[in-house]
Amino acid sequence: MSDITKDQVKHVAHLARLAITEDEAAELTKELSAIIGFAEQLNELDTEGVEPTTHVLNMKNVMRKDEPKATITQEEALKNAPDKKDGHYRVPAIMD
Amino acid sequence: MSLFDHTIKELEEKLHNKEITVKDLVDTSFNRIKEVDEDVKAFITLDEENAYAKAKELDDAPDTDKTGALFGIPGGIKDNIMTNGLRTTCGSAFLDNFNDPLYDATVIEGLNKEKAVTIGKMNMDEFAMGSSNETSYYAATRNPWNTDYVPGGSSGGSAAAVGAGEVLFSLGSDTGGSIRQPAAFCGVVGLKPTYGRVSRFGLAAFASSLDQVGTITRTVEDNARVLEVIAGQDKMDSTSANVDVPSYTEALTGDVKGLKIAVPKEYIGEGVDPEVKEAVLNALKVYESLGATWEEVSLPHSKYAVAAYYLISSSEASANLARFDGVRYGVRSENADNMLDMYKNSRSEGFGKEVKRRIMLGTFALSTGYYDAYYKKAQKVRTLIKNDFDKIFEDYDVVIGPTTPTPAFKVGEKIDDPLTMYTGDLLTIPVNLAGTPGISVPCGFSETGLPIGLQIIGKHFDESTVYRAAHAFEQATDHHTKRPQLGGVSK
Repeated sequence: MSDITKDQVKHVAHLARLAITEDEAAELTKELSAIIGFAEQLNELDTEGVEPTTHVLNMKNVMRKDEPKATITQEEALKNAPDKKDGHYRVPAIMD
Repeated sequence: MSLFDHTIKELEEKLHNKEITVKDLVDTSFNRIKEVDEDVKAFITLDEENAYAKAKELDDAPDTDKTGALFGIPGGIKDNIMTNGLRTTCGSAFLDNFNDPLYDATVIEGLNKEKAVTIGKMNMDEFAMGSSNETSYYAATRNPWNTDYVPGGSSGGSAAAVGAGEVLFSLGSDTGGSIRQPAAFCGVVGLKPTYGRVSRFGLAAFASSLDQVGTITRTVEDNARVLEVIAGQDKMDSTSANVDVPSYTEALTGDVKGLKIAVPKEYIGEGVDPEVKEAVLNALKVYESLGATWEEVSLPHSKYAVAAYYLISSSEASANLARFDGVRYGVRSENADNMLDMYKNSRSEGFGKEVKRRIMLGTFALSTGYYDAYYKKAQKVRTLIKNDFDKIFEDYDVVIGPTTPTPAFKVGEKIDDPLTMYTGDLLTIPVNLAGTPGISVPCGFSETGLPIGLQIIGKHFDESTVYRAAHAFEQATDHHTKRPQLGGVSK
Protein backbone atom coordinates (compact mmCIF):
# COMPACT_ATOMS: atom_id res chain seq x y z
CA MET A 1 0.00 0.00 0.00
CA SER A 2 2.98 2.26 0.57
CA ASP A 3 3.85 2.65 -3.09
CA ILE A 4 2.44 5.94 -4.20
CA THR A 5 2.36 6.60 -7.93
CA LYS A 6 3.27 9.80 -9.68
CA ASP A 7 -0.30 10.09 -10.93
CA GLN A 8 -1.58 9.91 -7.37
CA VAL A 9 0.84 12.65 -6.37
CA LYS A 10 -0.43 14.87 -9.17
CA HIS A 11 -4.02 14.22 -8.13
CA VAL A 12 -3.26 15.04 -4.49
CA ALA A 13 -1.45 18.22 -5.57
CA HIS A 14 -4.57 19.28 -7.42
CA LEU A 15 -6.72 18.59 -4.35
CA ALA A 16 -4.29 20.65 -2.25
CA ARG A 17 -4.32 23.44 -4.84
CA LEU A 18 -0.61 23.20 -5.47
CA ALA A 19 0.98 23.49 -8.91
CA ILE A 20 3.90 21.07 -9.20
CA THR A 21 6.35 20.45 -12.01
CA GLU A 22 7.17 17.00 -13.40
CA ASP A 23 10.44 17.03 -11.44
CA GLU A 24 8.68 18.00 -8.23
CA ALA A 25 6.09 15.28 -8.82
CA ALA A 26 8.87 12.71 -9.17
CA GLU A 27 10.62 13.91 -6.03
CA LEU A 28 7.41 14.04 -4.01
CA THR A 29 6.50 10.54 -5.17
CA LYS A 30 9.72 9.27 -3.67
CA GLU A 31 9.49 11.30 -0.47
CA LEU A 32 5.83 10.59 0.23
CA SER A 33 6.35 6.87 -0.42
CA ALA A 34 9.16 6.87 2.13
CA ILE A 35 7.12 8.75 4.73
CA ILE A 36 4.00 6.63 4.18
CA GLY A 37 6.20 3.53 4.28
CA PHE A 38 7.49 4.71 7.65
CA ALA A 39 3.93 5.31 8.83
CA GLU A 40 2.94 1.74 7.90
CA GLN A 41 4.61 0.63 11.15
CA LEU A 42 1.39 1.72 12.87
CA ASN A 43 -0.17 -1.41 11.37
CA GLU A 44 1.93 -3.48 13.79
CA LEU A 45 -0.50 -2.32 16.48
CA ASP A 46 -3.88 -3.90 16.99
CA THR A 47 -6.25 -0.96 17.40
CA GLU A 48 -9.46 -2.97 17.17
CA GLY A 49 -11.92 -1.37 19.60
CA VAL A 50 -9.64 1.59 20.41
CA GLU A 51 -11.42 4.95 20.24
CA PRO A 52 -9.61 7.58 18.16
CA THR A 53 -8.40 10.68 20.05
CA THR A 54 -9.28 13.88 18.23
CA HIS A 55 -8.87 16.12 21.24
CA VAL A 56 -7.14 15.39 24.57
CA LEU A 57 -9.39 17.45 26.82
CA ASN A 58 -12.77 16.24 27.86
CA MET A 59 -14.76 19.11 26.41
CA LYS A 60 -17.27 19.47 23.62
CA ASN A 61 -19.67 21.99 22.15
CA VAL A 62 -18.34 25.03 23.95
CA MET A 63 -21.10 27.59 23.50
CA ARG A 64 -21.24 31.32 24.00
CA LYS A 65 -23.88 33.95 23.49
CA ASP A 66 -24.14 35.28 19.97
CA GLU A 67 -23.63 38.95 20.68
CA PRO A 68 -22.94 41.24 17.75
CA LYS A 69 -20.08 43.68 18.20
CA ALA A 70 -17.83 45.80 16.06
CA THR A 71 -14.60 44.08 15.04
CA ILE A 72 -12.74 45.41 12.00
CA THR A 73 -13.91 47.90 9.41
CA GLN A 74 -14.32 47.17 5.72
CA GLU A 75 -11.26 49.29 5.03
CA GLU A 76 -9.20 47.27 7.51
CA ALA A 77 -10.46 44.00 6.09
CA LEU A 78 -9.15 45.06 2.69
CA LYS A 79 -5.87 46.44 4.02
CA ASN A 80 -3.80 43.32 3.38
CA ALA A 81 -5.56 42.23 0.19
CA PRO A 82 -3.29 41.80 -2.85
CA ASP A 83 -5.99 43.19 -5.15
CA LYS A 84 -9.17 45.12 -4.39
CA LYS A 85 -11.71 47.33 -6.10
CA ASP A 86 -14.65 49.42 -4.87
CA GLY A 87 -14.55 47.96 -1.39
CA HIS A 88 -14.29 44.34 -2.57
CA TYR A 89 -11.57 41.76 -2.98
CA ARG A 90 -10.77 41.38 -6.65
CA VAL A 91 -9.88 37.98 -8.16
CA PRO A 92 -9.28 36.70 -11.69
CA ALA A 93 -12.14 35.25 -13.73
CA ILE A 94 -13.75 32.23 -12.11
CA MET A 95 -15.21 30.91 -15.39
CA ASP A 96 -13.61 31.00 -18.81
CA MET B 1 27.84 41.19 32.77
CA SER B 2 24.61 41.94 30.94
CA LEU B 3 21.46 43.20 32.63
CA PHE B 4 19.91 40.07 31.15
CA ASP B 5 21.98 37.94 33.53
CA HIS B 6 19.47 39.03 36.15
CA THR B 7 16.07 37.52 36.72
CA ILE B 8 12.92 39.50 36.01
CA LYS B 9 12.38 39.80 39.75
CA GLU B 10 15.85 41.28 40.24
CA LEU B 11 15.31 43.74 37.40
CA GLU B 12 11.97 44.71 38.89
CA GLU B 13 13.82 45.70 42.07
CA LYS B 14 16.45 47.63 40.15
CA LEU B 15 13.76 49.52 38.27
CA HIS B 16 11.92 50.19 41.51
CA ASN B 17 15.10 51.50 43.17
CA LYS B 18 15.81 53.62 40.09
CA GLU B 19 19.18 51.95 39.54
CA ILE B 20 18.10 51.36 35.94
CA THR B 21 15.45 52.55 33.51
CA VAL B 22 13.32 50.69 31.00
CA LYS B 23 15.38 52.44 28.33
CA ASP B 24 18.49 50.73 29.75
CA LEU B 25 16.78 47.38 29.28
CA VAL B 26 15.69 48.19 25.73
CA ASP B 27 19.23 49.45 25.01
CA THR B 28 20.58 46.14 26.32
CA SER B 29 18.43 44.33 23.76
CA PHE B 30 19.24 46.45 20.74
CA ASN B 31 22.95 46.73 21.56
CA ARG B 32 23.20 42.99 21.81
CA ILE B 33 21.16 42.53 18.62
CA LYS B 34 23.54 44.86 16.78
CA GLU B 35 26.47 42.90 18.21
CA VAL B 36 25.36 39.37 17.41
CA ASP B 37 22.23 39.08 15.30
CA GLU B 38 24.04 39.24 12.00
CA ASP B 39 25.47 35.85 13.04
CA VAL B 40 22.53 34.45 15.02
CA LYS B 41 19.70 35.67 12.73
CA ALA B 42 17.13 35.28 15.47
CA PHE B 43 14.87 38.12 14.30
CA ILE B 44 12.73 38.54 11.21
CA THR B 45 11.37 41.99 12.10
CA LEU B 46 12.66 44.49 14.67
CA ASP B 47 10.29 46.96 16.29
CA GLU B 48 12.87 49.45 17.50
CA GLU B 49 10.86 52.65 17.19
CA ASN B 50 7.85 51.33 19.12
CA ALA B 51 10.05 49.63 21.71
CA TYR B 52 11.77 52.93 22.53
CA ALA B 53 8.46 54.80 22.52
CA LYS B 54 7.11 52.25 24.98
CA ALA B 55 10.26 52.55 27.11
CA LYS B 56 9.79 56.32 27.28
CA GLU B 57 6.13 55.94 28.16
CA LEU B 58 6.94 53.51 30.96
CA ASP B 59 9.89 55.53 32.27
CA ASP B 60 7.85 58.74 32.24
CA ALA B 61 4.87 57.22 34.02
CA PRO B 62 4.23 58.29 37.62
CA ASP B 63 5.76 55.86 40.12
CA THR B 64 2.29 54.71 41.21
CA ASP B 65 1.64 53.45 37.65
CA LYS B 66 4.90 51.56 37.41
CA THR B 67 3.31 48.20 38.00
CA GLY B 68 2.94 45.04 35.95
CA ALA B 69 4.44 41.58 36.28
CA LEU B 70 6.64 42.21 33.22
CA PHE B 71 7.04 45.98 33.58
CA GLY B 72 9.67 47.12 31.08
CA ILE B 73 10.95 43.61 30.33
CA PRO B 74 12.10 43.15 26.71
CA GLY B 75 10.67 40.12 24.97
CA GLY B 76 10.58 38.52 21.53
CA ILE B 77 7.48 37.10 19.86
CA LYS B 78 7.53 34.13 17.53
CA ASP B 79 6.46 35.32 14.12
CA ASN B 80 3.34 33.14 14.00
CA ILE B 81 1.70 35.12 16.81
CA MET B 82 -0.40 38.06 15.62
CA THR B 83 0.79 41.52 16.63
CA ASN B 84 -1.42 44.49 15.82
CA GLY B 85 0.37 46.81 13.40
CA LEU B 86 3.52 44.68 13.34
CA ARG B 87 4.39 42.44 10.40
CA THR B 88 3.73 38.75 11.05
CA THR B 89 5.21 36.40 8.42
CA CYS B 90 5.15 32.90 9.95
CA GLY B 91 8.61 32.63 8.36
CA SER B 92 6.95 32.30 4.95
CA ALA B 93 7.32 34.11 1.64
CA PHE B 94 3.55 33.85 1.36
CA LEU B 95 3.12 36.33 4.23
CA ASP B 96 6.12 38.52 3.44
CA ASN B 97 3.76 41.48 2.92
CA PHE B 98 1.46 40.74 5.87
CA ASN B 99 2.32 44.04 7.48
CA ASP B 100 -0.66 44.40 9.77
CA PRO B 101 -2.56 41.47 11.30
CA LEU B 102 -5.05 44.11 12.62
CA TYR B 103 -5.27 42.58 16.08
CA ASP B 104 -3.20 41.27 18.95
CA ALA B 105 -3.24 37.61 19.90
CA THR B 106 -4.70 37.12 23.39
CA VAL B 107 -1.21 36.27 24.72
CA ILE B 108 0.05 39.62 23.39
CA GLU B 109 -2.81 41.43 25.13
CA GLY B 110 -1.62 39.69 28.29
CA LEU B 111 1.96 40.87 27.82
CA ASN B 112 0.81 44.41 27.07
CA LYS B 113 -1.38 44.50 30.14
CA GLU B 114 1.61 43.58 32.29
CA LYS B 115 3.72 46.17 30.41
CA ALA B 116 6.30 43.99 28.69
CA VAL B 117 8.19 45.61 25.79
CA THR B 118 8.10 43.84 22.42
CA ILE B 119 11.51 44.02 20.73
CA GLY B 120 10.58 42.20 17.54
CA LYS B 121 9.35 39.10 15.80
CA MET B 122 11.38 35.92 15.98
CA ASN B 123 12.61 33.78 13.14
CA MET B 124 11.06 30.33 12.81
CA ASP B 125 10.65 27.36 10.54
CA GLU B 126 8.05 28.21 7.90
CA PHE B 127 4.57 27.88 9.48
CA ALA B 128 6.34 26.12 12.39
CA MET B 129 7.10 23.09 10.21
CA GLY B 130 10.66 22.09 10.92
CA SER B 131 13.12 21.19 13.67
CA SER B 132 16.12 23.32 12.71
CA ASN B 133 14.88 26.77 11.59
CA GLU B 134 16.34 25.96 8.18
CA THR B 135 12.90 26.04 6.53
CA SER B 136 12.52 29.76 7.29
CA TYR B 137 12.08 31.79 4.12
CA TYR B 138 14.27 34.51 5.63
CA ALA B 139 17.43 32.91 7.01
CA ALA B 140 18.53 29.87 8.94
CA THR B 141 18.88 30.98 12.57
CA ARG B 142 22.15 29.80 14.14
CA ASN B 143 22.88 28.26 17.52
CA PRO B 144 24.43 30.88 19.83
CA TRP B 145 26.74 28.24 21.34
CA ASN B 146 28.27 27.48 17.96
CA THR B 147 26.99 29.14 14.83
CA ASP B 148 27.86 26.11 12.67
CA TYR B 149 24.99 24.35 14.42
CA VAL B 150 21.21 24.73 14.21
CA PRO B 151 19.29 26.32 17.11
CA GLY B 152 16.54 23.73 16.72
CA GLY B 153 13.02 24.58 15.68
CA SER B 154 10.52 25.58 15.00
CA SER B 155 10.81 28.28 17.69
CA GLY B 156 14.54 28.51 16.89
CA GLY B 157 14.67 32.32 16.80
CA SER B 158 12.81 32.55 20.11
CA ALA B 159 15.27 30.19 21.85
CA ALA B 160 18.43 31.51 20.18
CA ALA B 161 17.60 35.11 21.09
CA VAL B 162 17.16 34.22 24.77
CA GLY B 163 20.32 32.10 24.69
CA ALA B 164 22.30 34.87 23.01
CA GLY B 165 21.04 37.49 25.47
CA GLU B 166 19.12 39.54 22.91
CA VAL B 167 15.87 39.44 24.89
CA LEU B 168 15.01 38.32 28.39
CA PHE B 169 12.06 36.16 27.41
CA SER B 170 10.26 35.04 24.31
CA LEU B 171 7.04 33.36 23.29
CA GLY B 172 7.08 30.31 21.07
CA SER B 173 4.66 27.63 19.95
CA ASP B 174 5.04 23.89 20.37
CA THR B 175 3.24 21.35 18.18
CA GLY B 176 5.70 18.44 18.38
CA GLY B 177 8.55 19.88 20.44
CA SER B 178 9.00 23.29 18.85
CA ILE B 179 9.64 25.06 22.16
CA ARG B 180 11.40 22.32 24.14
CA GLN B 181 13.80 21.11 21.43
CA PRO B 182 15.24 24.56 20.57
CA ALA B 183 15.35 25.40 24.30
CA ALA B 184 17.46 22.25 24.81
CA PHE B 185 19.72 23.06 21.84
CA CYS B 186 20.23 26.68 22.96
CA GLY B 187 20.71 25.99 26.69
CA VAL B 188 17.61 27.82 27.90
CA VAL B 189 14.34 27.00 29.68
CA GLY B 190 11.32 26.26 27.47
CA LEU B 191 7.86 25.18 28.56
CA LYS B 192 5.03 23.71 26.52
CA PRO B 193 1.98 24.15 28.73
CA THR B 194 -0.91 21.69 28.91
CA TYR B 195 -3.10 21.69 25.80
CA GLY B 196 -5.80 24.24 26.67
CA ARG B 197 -3.75 26.11 29.29
CA VAL B 198 -2.94 29.11 27.07
CA SER B 199 -5.19 30.77 24.49
CA ARG B 200 -4.27 30.17 20.85
CA PHE B 201 -6.42 33.06 19.61
CA GLY B 202 -4.06 34.86 17.26
CA LEU B 203 -1.64 31.97 16.82
CA ALA B 204 -1.47 30.94 13.15
CA ALA B 205 -2.85 27.40 13.29
CA PHE B 206 -0.61 24.52 12.24
CA ALA B 207 -2.09 21.38 13.86
CA SER B 208 -5.04 22.46 15.96
CA SER B 209 -5.26 19.39 18.20
CA LEU B 210 -1.58 19.78 19.18
CA ASP B 211 -0.54 23.47 19.00
CA GLN B 212 0.17 25.29 22.23
CA VAL B 213 1.79 28.67 22.98
CA GLY B 214 4.57 28.65 25.58
CA THR B 215 7.44 30.50 27.19
CA ILE B 216 11.22 30.59 26.76
CA THR B 217 13.50 32.18 29.35
CA ARG B 218 16.91 31.80 30.98
CA THR B 219 15.58 30.68 34.36
CA VAL B 220 12.66 28.61 35.62
CA GLU B 221 11.52 31.48 37.84
CA ASP B 222 11.25 33.84 34.87
CA ASN B 223 9.46 31.16 32.90
CA ALA B 224 6.84 30.69 35.62
CA ARG B 225 6.37 34.43 35.80
CA VAL B 226 5.69 34.80 32.08
CA LEU B 227 3.33 31.81 32.03
CA GLU B 228 1.27 33.38 34.82
CA VAL B 229 0.73 36.33 32.50
CA ILE B 230 -0.39 34.39 29.43
CA ALA B 231 -2.25 31.40 30.96
CA GLY B 232 -5.98 31.09 31.42
CA GLN B 233 -9.27 30.61 29.66
CA ASP B 234 -10.11 32.93 26.79
CA LYS B 235 -13.57 33.36 25.33
CA MET B 236 -11.95 33.82 21.93
CA ASP B 237 -10.49 30.29 22.03
CA SER B 238 -13.08 27.60 22.73
CA THR B 239 -10.31 25.04 23.27
CA SER B 240 -8.82 27.01 26.15
CA ALA B 241 -9.80 25.30 29.38
CA ASN B 242 -11.83 26.57 32.29
CA VAL B 243 -9.18 25.67 34.87
CA ASP B 244 -7.88 28.13 37.46
CA VAL B 245 -4.36 29.48 36.98
CA PRO B 246 -2.39 29.02 40.20
CA SER B 247 0.63 31.14 41.11
CA TYR B 248 3.42 29.27 39.37
CA THR B 249 6.14 31.33 41.03
CA GLU B 250 4.80 30.32 44.44
CA ALA B 251 5.29 26.68 43.45
CA LEU B 252 9.06 27.21 43.31
CA THR B 253 9.79 26.03 46.84
CA GLY B 254 13.01 24.16 46.09
CA ASP B 255 11.51 21.18 47.88
CA VAL B 256 11.24 17.93 45.94
CA LYS B 257 11.44 15.57 48.91
CA GLY B 258 9.26 12.57 48.17
CA LEU B 259 8.72 13.55 44.53
CA LYS B 260 8.08 10.38 42.54
CA ILE B 261 9.85 10.39 39.20
CA ALA B 262 9.22 7.95 36.36
CA VAL B 263 12.00 7.44 33.82
CA PRO B 264 10.79 5.68 30.66
CA LYS B 265 13.32 3.13 29.50
CA GLU B 266 12.50 4.14 25.92
CA TYR B 267 13.85 7.62 26.73
CA ILE B 268 17.30 6.47 27.75
CA GLY B 269 17.62 3.50 25.41
CA GLU B 270 18.56 2.88 21.82
CA GLY B 271 19.14 5.96 19.68
CA VAL B 272 19.91 8.22 22.63
CA ASP B 273 23.42 9.64 22.56
CA PRO B 274 25.60 8.31 25.45
CA GLU B 275 26.52 11.88 26.46
CA VAL B 276 22.85 12.80 26.68
CA LYS B 277 22.04 9.67 28.66
CA GLU B 278 24.86 10.40 31.08
CA ALA B 279 23.68 13.98 31.61
CA VAL B 280 20.17 12.71 32.40
CA LEU B 281 21.44 10.03 34.79
CA ASN B 282 23.52 12.70 36.55
CA ALA B 283 20.39 14.84 36.85
CA LEU B 284 18.58 11.91 38.45
CA LYS B 285 21.40 11.68 41.01
CA VAL B 286 20.81 15.34 41.81
CA TYR B 287 17.13 14.56 42.38
CA GLU B 288 18.08 11.64 44.64
CA SER B 289 20.29 13.93 46.67
CA LEU B 290 17.33 16.30 47.05
CA GLY B 291 15.15 13.52 48.44
CA ALA B 292 13.21 12.54 45.32
CA THR B 293 12.97 8.95 44.10
CA TRP B 294 12.96 7.56 40.59
CA GLU B 295 12.11 4.29 38.93
CA GLU B 296 12.39 2.98 35.43
CA VAL B 297 9.03 2.59 33.66
CA SER B 298 7.86 1.93 30.13
CA LEU B 299 5.92 3.99 27.62
CA PRO B 300 5.48 1.02 25.29
CA HIS B 301 3.86 2.91 22.42
CA SER B 302 6.30 5.80 22.30
CA LYS B 303 8.13 4.37 19.31
CA TYR B 304 4.97 4.84 17.24
CA ALA B 305 4.56 8.48 18.20
CA VAL B 306 6.55 10.01 15.34
CA ALA B 307 4.55 8.18 12.67
CA ALA B 308 1.22 9.00 14.31
CA TYR B 309 2.29 12.60 14.77
CA TYR B 310 3.28 13.22 11.16
CA LEU B 311 -0.02 11.83 9.89
CA ILE B 312 -2.14 13.80 12.37
CA SER B 313 -0.22 17.08 12.25
CA SER B 314 0.14 17.08 8.46
CA SER B 315 -3.55 16.26 7.99
CA GLU B 316 -4.58 19.12 10.24
CA ALA B 317 -2.04 21.41 8.57
CA SER B 318 -3.38 20.63 5.12
CA ALA B 319 -6.79 21.88 6.27
CA ASN B 320 -5.49 24.87 8.26
CA LEU B 321 -3.28 26.12 5.44
CA ALA B 322 -6.15 26.04 2.95
CA ARG B 323 -6.88 29.61 4.08
CA PHE B 324 -3.78 30.84 2.28
CA ASP B 325 -5.47 31.41 -1.04
CA GLY B 326 -4.05 34.75 -2.14
CA VAL B 327 -7.39 36.57 -1.89
CA ARG B 328 -7.58 38.34 1.49
CA TYR B 329 -3.90 38.62 2.43
CA GLY B 330 -0.52 37.36 1.44
CA VAL B 331 1.42 37.43 -1.79
CA ARG B 332 -0.60 36.59 -4.90
CA SER B 333 1.08 35.04 -7.92
CA GLU B 334 1.30 37.34 -10.90
CA ASN B 335 1.09 34.35 -13.22
CA ALA B 336 -2.57 33.51 -13.22
CA ASP B 337 -5.40 34.19 -15.64
CA ASN B 338 -8.08 32.31 -13.76
CA MET B 339 -9.09 31.61 -10.19
CA LEU B 340 -7.81 28.04 -9.98
CA ASP B 341 -4.38 29.00 -11.31
CA MET B 342 -4.30 31.90 -8.90
CA TYR B 343 -4.80 29.54 -5.96
CA LYS B 344 -2.31 27.00 -7.24
CA ASN B 345 0.40 29.39 -8.34
CA SER B 346 0.14 31.65 -5.29
CA ARG B 347 0.47 28.67 -2.97
CA SER B 348 3.24 27.02 -4.96
CA GLU B 349 5.28 30.21 -5.20
CA GLY B 350 4.57 31.27 -1.60
CA PHE B 351 5.15 27.99 0.26
CA GLY B 352 8.54 26.40 0.75
CA LYS B 353 9.45 22.78 0.15
CA GLU B 354 8.76 21.42 3.63
CA VAL B 355 5.37 23.09 3.89
CA LYS B 356 4.33 21.70 0.51
CA ARG B 357 5.55 18.25 1.50
CA ARG B 358 3.40 18.30 4.65
CA ILE B 359 0.34 19.67 2.86
CA MET B 360 0.76 16.86 0.33
CA LEU B 361 1.15 14.21 3.04
CA GLY B 362 -1.87 15.54 4.93
CA THR B 363 -4.05 15.84 1.85
CA PHE B 364 -3.13 12.28 0.91
CA ALA B 365 -3.86 10.94 4.41
CA LEU B 366 -7.28 12.60 4.40
CA SER B 367 -8.20 11.67 0.83
CA THR B 368 -10.89 9.16 -0.11
CA GLY B 369 -9.84 5.60 0.50
CA TYR B 370 -6.94 6.48 2.81
CA TYR B 371 -8.65 8.30 5.68
CA ASP B 372 -9.29 5.17 7.76
CA ALA B 373 -5.96 3.54 6.96
CA TYR B 374 -3.84 6.54 7.91
CA TYR B 375 -5.53 9.44 9.67
CA LYS B 376 -7.96 7.45 11.79
CA LYS B 377 -5.38 4.77 12.53
CA ALA B 378 -2.99 7.47 13.74
CA GLN B 379 -5.69 8.88 16.03
CA LYS B 380 -6.25 5.44 17.53
CA VAL B 381 -2.54 5.06 18.16
CA ARG B 382 -2.66 8.49 19.76
CA THR B 383 -5.15 7.07 22.27
CA LEU B 384 -2.70 4.27 23.13
CA ILE B 385 0.10 6.80 23.65
CA LYS B 386 -2.10 8.97 25.86
CA ASN B 387 -3.14 5.90 27.87
CA ASP B 388 0.55 5.09 28.48
CA PHE B 389 1.00 8.48 30.15
CA ASP B 390 -2.29 8.30 32.09
CA LYS B 391 -1.23 4.98 33.53
CA ILE B 392 2.19 6.23 34.64
CA PHE B 393 0.71 9.34 36.21
CA GLU B 394 -1.43 7.15 38.47
CA ASP B 395 1.76 6.28 40.34
CA TYR B 396 4.25 9.07 39.65
CA ASP B 397 4.34 12.89 39.86
CA VAL B 398 6.54 13.58 36.83
CA VAL B 399 8.17 11.79 33.93
CA ILE B 400 11.79 12.68 33.29
CA GLY B 401 14.09 12.01 30.35
CA PRO B 402 16.14 13.87 27.78
CA THR B 403 14.45 16.52 25.64
CA THR B 404 16.30 15.37 22.53
CA PRO B 405 18.28 12.22 21.74
CA THR B 406 21.33 14.27 20.68
CA PRO B 407 22.63 17.80 21.15
CA ALA B 408 22.24 20.26 18.25
CA PHE B 409 23.25 19.05 14.79
CA LYS B 410 25.09 20.96 12.10
CA VAL B 411 23.39 23.33 9.68
CA GLY B 412 22.70 21.38 6.48
CA GLU B 413 23.16 17.98 8.11
CA LYS B 414 19.53 16.79 8.00
CA ILE B 415 17.64 19.25 5.83
CA ASP B 416 17.63 17.02 2.74
CA ASP B 417 16.47 13.98 4.67
CA PRO B 418 12.97 14.70 6.07
CA LEU B 419 12.54 11.34 7.79
CA THR B 420 15.78 11.64 9.75
CA MET B 421 14.78 15.18 10.74
CA TYR B 422 11.34 13.95 11.85
CA THR B 423 12.62 11.07 13.96
CA GLY B 424 14.83 13.46 15.97
CA ASP B 425 11.62 14.64 17.66
CA LEU B 426 10.76 11.24 19.12
CA LEU B 427 11.08 12.35 22.76
CA THR B 428 9.00 15.53 22.54
CA ILE B 429 6.19 14.41 20.22
CA PRO B 430 4.48 11.96 22.66
CA VAL B 431 3.91 14.87 25.06
CA ASN B 432 1.94 16.80 22.44
CA LEU B 433 -0.07 13.73 21.51
CA ALA B 434 -0.95 13.21 25.20
CA GLY B 435 -1.57 16.95 25.73
CA THR B 436 0.48 17.10 28.94
CA PRO B 437 2.85 19.92 29.95
CA GLY B 438 6.60 19.52 29.43
CA ILE B 439 9.62 21.67 30.12
CA SER B 440 13.23 21.57 28.98
CA VAL B 441 15.93 22.82 31.37
CA PRO B 442 19.70 22.83 30.81
CA CYS B 443 21.36 19.76 32.36
CA GLY B 444 24.86 19.73 30.94
CA PHE B 445 27.04 20.12 27.88
CA SER B 446 28.42 17.78 25.26
CA GLU B 447 32.16 17.40 24.80
CA THR B 448 31.89 19.83 21.92
CA GLY B 449 30.34 22.42 24.21
CA LEU B 450 26.74 22.15 23.07
CA PRO B 451 23.92 22.29 25.65
CA ILE B 452 21.88 19.25 26.67
CA GLY B 453 18.27 19.54 27.84
CA LEU B 454 16.43 17.67 30.57
CA GLN B 455 12.74 17.14 29.89
CA ILE B 456 10.25 17.09 32.75
CA ILE B 457 6.71 16.07 31.89
CA GLY B 458 3.74 16.52 34.20
CA LYS B 459 0.07 15.70 34.57
CA HIS B 460 -2.55 17.73 32.72
CA PHE B 461 -2.70 21.27 34.19
CA ASP B 462 0.01 20.46 36.73
CA GLU B 463 2.58 22.97 35.48
CA SER B 464 3.20 23.80 39.15
CA THR B 465 4.84 20.43 39.84
CA VAL B 466 6.78 20.59 36.56
CA TYR B 467 8.13 24.02 37.53
CA ARG B 468 8.87 22.96 41.10
CA ALA B 469 10.88 19.97 39.88
CA ALA B 470 12.68 22.04 37.22
CA HIS B 471 13.49 24.84 39.63
CA ALA B 472 14.84 22.54 42.36
CA PHE B 473 17.19 20.94 39.82
CA GLU B 474 18.24 24.30 38.39
CA GLN B 475 19.01 25.71 41.83
CA ALA B 476 21.09 22.65 42.72
CA THR B 477 23.22 22.94 39.55
CA ASP B 478 24.99 25.71 37.65
CA HIS B 479 24.25 24.81 34.01
CA HIS B 480 21.86 27.73 33.63
CA THR B 481 24.55 30.23 34.58
CA LYS B 482 26.81 29.36 31.63
CA ARG B 483 26.82 31.76 28.71
CA PRO B 484 27.82 31.19 25.09
CA GLN B 485 30.78 33.01 23.61
CA LEU B 486 29.36 33.79 20.25
CA GLY B 487 31.36 32.80 17.24
CA GLY B 488 33.09 29.80 18.78
CA VAL B 489 32.62 26.79 20.98
CA SER B 490 32.75 27.55 24.66
CA LYS B 491 31.88 25.84 27.86
